[in-house]
Amino acid sequence: MKTKFLELKNVSKSFGKVNALERVNFYIKGEPEIVGLIGDNGAGKSTLIKIIAGIHTPDCGEIYINGKRMENWSVVKSRVSGVETVYQDRALAMQQTIARNIFMGRELTGIFGFVKSKLQFAEADRLMRTIGFTSKVFASDSAVVNLSGGERQGVAIARAFYFKANLMILDEPTTALSLTEAQKIFDFIRQAKKGGSSCIFITHNIYHAYDVSDRCVVLDRGKIVMETNPEHTTAEQLVKDMQKIAHGKVREGINNGRS
Amino acid sequence: MAGHRIHVITSISRFIEKNRRALIALLVLSVMMIIFLILNPQVFLNPLMYKAIFKTLSMFIILASAMVFVIASGEIDLSFGSIVGLAGWTLVLTLESGLSPYLGVLFALIAGAFVGFINGIIITRLGISSLVSTIGMSFLIRGLIYIGTKGAGTPVVYLVGTPFYNAFIGSIWGFPVNMLWALGFVVLSVLLFDHHKFGAQISCVGDNLESSQEMGINVATIKILAFVYVGIASAIVAVQSTLTNQIFYPGSGDGLLLIVLAAVFIGGTPSWGGIGTIMGSVIGACIIGVINSGIVAAGVSYLFKEFFYGLIIILALISHKLNGKRC
Amino acid sequence: MADLEKKQNNLDCNQEFRRSRRGIINFLVNNRRALSVFIVFIILMLLFIIKNPKIFLHREIYEAIFRSLPIRIVLALPLVFVIVSKEIDLSFVSNMTFSLWIFAATAKAGWNPFLCMLLAILAGALVGLINGMLVVRIGLQSMMATIGMKFLLLGLVAGGSNIIPIPLTFLVNTPFYNTFVGKIGNFPVQMIWAVMALVIAMLLFNYHKFGSQISCVGDNLESSREMGINVATIKILAFVYVGIACGFAGVLSGLTYLSFYPKPGSPDELMLAVLASVFIGGTPTTGGVGTIFGAFIGACTIRFIETGIIEAGLSGFFTQFFMGLIILLALTSHKFHKSH
Repeated sequence: MKTKFLELKNVSKSFGKVNALERVNFYIKGEPEIVGLIGDNGAGKSTLIKIIAGIHTPDCGEIYINGKRMENWSVVKSRVSGVETVYQDRALAMQQTIARNIFMGRELTGIFGFVKSKLQFAEADRLMRTIGFTSKVFASDSAVVNLSGGERQGVAIARAFYFKANLMILDEPTTALSLTEAQKIFDFIRQAKKGGSSCIFITHNIYHAYDVSDRCVVLDRGKIVMETNPEHTTAEQLVKDMQKIAHGKVREGINNGRS
Repeated sequence: MAGHRIHVITSISRFIEKNRRALIALLVLSVMMIIFLILNPQVFLNPLMYKAIFKTLSMFIILASAMVFVIASGEIDLSFGSIVGLAGWTLVLTLESGLSPYLGVLFALIAGAFVGFINGIIITRLGISSLVSTIGMSFLIRGLIYIGTKGAGTPVVYLVGTPFYNAFIGSIWGFPVNMLWALGFVVLSVLLFDHHKFGAQISCVGDNLESSQEMGINVATIKILAFVYVGIASAIVAVQSTLTNQIFYPGSGDGLLLIVLAAVFIGGTPSWGGIGTIMGSVIGACIIGVINSGIVAAGVSYLFKEFFYGLIIILALISHKLNGKRC
Repeated sequence: MADLEKKQNNLDCNQEFRRSRRGIINFLVNNRRALSVFIVFIILMLLFIIKNPKIFLHREIYEAIFRSLPIRIVLALPLVFVIVSKEIDLSFVSNMTFSLWIFAATAKAGWNPFLCMLLAILAGALVGLINGMLVVRIGLQSMMATIGMKFLLLGLVAGGSNIIPIPLTFLVNTPFYNTFVGKIGNFPVQMIWAVMALVIAMLLFNYHKFGSQISCVGDNLESSREMGINVATIKILAFVYVGIACGFAGVLSGLTYLSFYPKPGSPDELMLAVLASVFIGGTPTTGGVGTIFGAFIGACTIRFIETGIIEAGLSGFFTQFFMGLIILLALTSHKFHKSH
């Protein structure tokens, strides 16, 4: 068994009186996997991914990357380790080209800092094709504003993927997307997994989580209350389990099948 | 054969797509020139007319090109007029100390860059809006100049005819050197804005600040550099202005503010950031320059000059609005 | 069980919150920007009085200040509305000159001055309406569009009047004159008009639907639209309000200086000083919040500083310098007020 890529042990985080996370044990396997993170509002999903991204420091607990303990985890360190967060609409500069967005902050430059535009456009085109982007109208020199919501998300995901993210974190990637577009996103994510990137994605839509995840992790009031492998259950059962959780009838430690 | 034709058409349409704003500005300029030519062909075909225009045009071009960087990054600078004054003052102070005029130019550039740097620091470190802080800086600098000079100007007529003078203001084969400086500055600006990492990052910062920060772009540094660039441009203009007028006066640079902003906006760089066109600003500056000198020649009272500035500005803005949506 | 406990906790939190923010404290917190500027102003005045009691405790200096200050106040207050709605108007000085021209030309032609004033105000309002249309209906950016309008008006006035000044001395001591710039005792009446403008603006901004809606629009345009606020009308009204003020200020200016004088290529000093009043007073450029009283105090502060500098023995050259310094210091201090 390969070492886990990411492991959070006994991580807790409070904001004032609010306990956002309580002694959470979370991990991402060594082989690329897709993990759906679901739970009600305030369950702690955002806090969890922000800790993984290095934005928040846990009050207690440890973070391990590839088995090695990480001290003073930060945004810079997380990026260096290959963790990329993709926020919904905020991720892209609308008026800029696809290529410029992909290479934002990491421009391909030659001497004296001049950008190798042609190379960037070519690389961006290649990347978008790899991830499954098949628009006949738009190429990498089109402005992002011309793309549909799903296509924009695709660009953001492609960016994370291109820079060899070991772990992509997607925060509500399919909210405000049509069914077809959501499917496109799932295809992007699956392609990214094939390319070696794991993915955590937060969603409220249990059916979406069920559709694309290898593993579903359910958070409730700061604790992980359930872990499910979609192979061993049905979407409807998952929904029922979520409702039970919402009504407070299920507590820590329930495990439906092996992960 | 047909394939080749299609390739050319796609290339042209791609070019138009990419440069729409500058092309619209060019259209406005062309229409305006045609109208002027019809109204008064003798004047507008006379090279002397353009000589007059070129005297001040280079200053508009240089400042408008530099302002694109600041505006595209999502900020604004209303203090560049006073920086022109400060840089000019630095130049004459150096001359009065008996030092070489070239050293004076160097000090002027440093002064301009320094004020730009301070502007950038105030906006990024203190987090004050650039609109207000550059208004304040403008007053501060202008006040300093008046205090220091006690309102008195410094003639530099003795510089006329010197190699130094000719290097900046002379003419080569009848073509004014200050326009060559402007051309050089435009080339530099285009390289920096369209082909360099600096310009790419400026556009990203002006387009989506948070995203740029998340992607590791040093937003503060980028913005500060943009203001420094405007400071340097102001210094160059100060040298040109002082030499052209053969005098430095404390109000030097006053009155450039709205004209240069107009040139930038006519040229198609929008005030909301993320987009910029150097060529558009150059064309906008030309429009302003031509109106400046052309109105009277076209038979209209010079009193109406500003009316036409306003009319052109609004018409150009409407054209740009019809062109593209704001996202 | 745990649910109920949590709910009780929340309720207690709310009450605590309300308890600590009652009455005076609430008022102070909400108006902290305007109040801090006011405090600075008071300190400034005390310094002036201490340094130069002969001048600052006698009425002459105030008479001089109160002659020119009202114009700036009248112009600054409606600008708060425009800036709160996340727009800006750079044409107001030219609008003022334009309205004054209308007034002067018609007054000289012998028309009833009250009618002339009404025409001037209407002219100003019309310009404001055009500004509003350009920004809201056509969708131009307000900074650029109002710069264009500024030039347009300047040129129109210069060309139309042929740069011939129109003296208005014939109005001196007429009832019209005394109504607007006369004296009650030794107190300049225009200051009373300025205070009335202040009261109207404060009522509109703090207690009327107009003020609350414009704040919403500046804060979150989409939300306001969804909640049924007519965003277009509100924004246009703000520009028209500025226009009306320009008309009134134009007439006041003509009466104060007894002439319409179209300076070709007039400097931007008045425009920047009035804008500075708004920003120093605590209205941020980011929209959504604003303070009328702050703009009033800001205008007073700037005017008094200009006077104080001269009376302190420094040459007039120092005025701009200190103005710039005050702007930067005031803005920096406002930064520390942010309640996030």
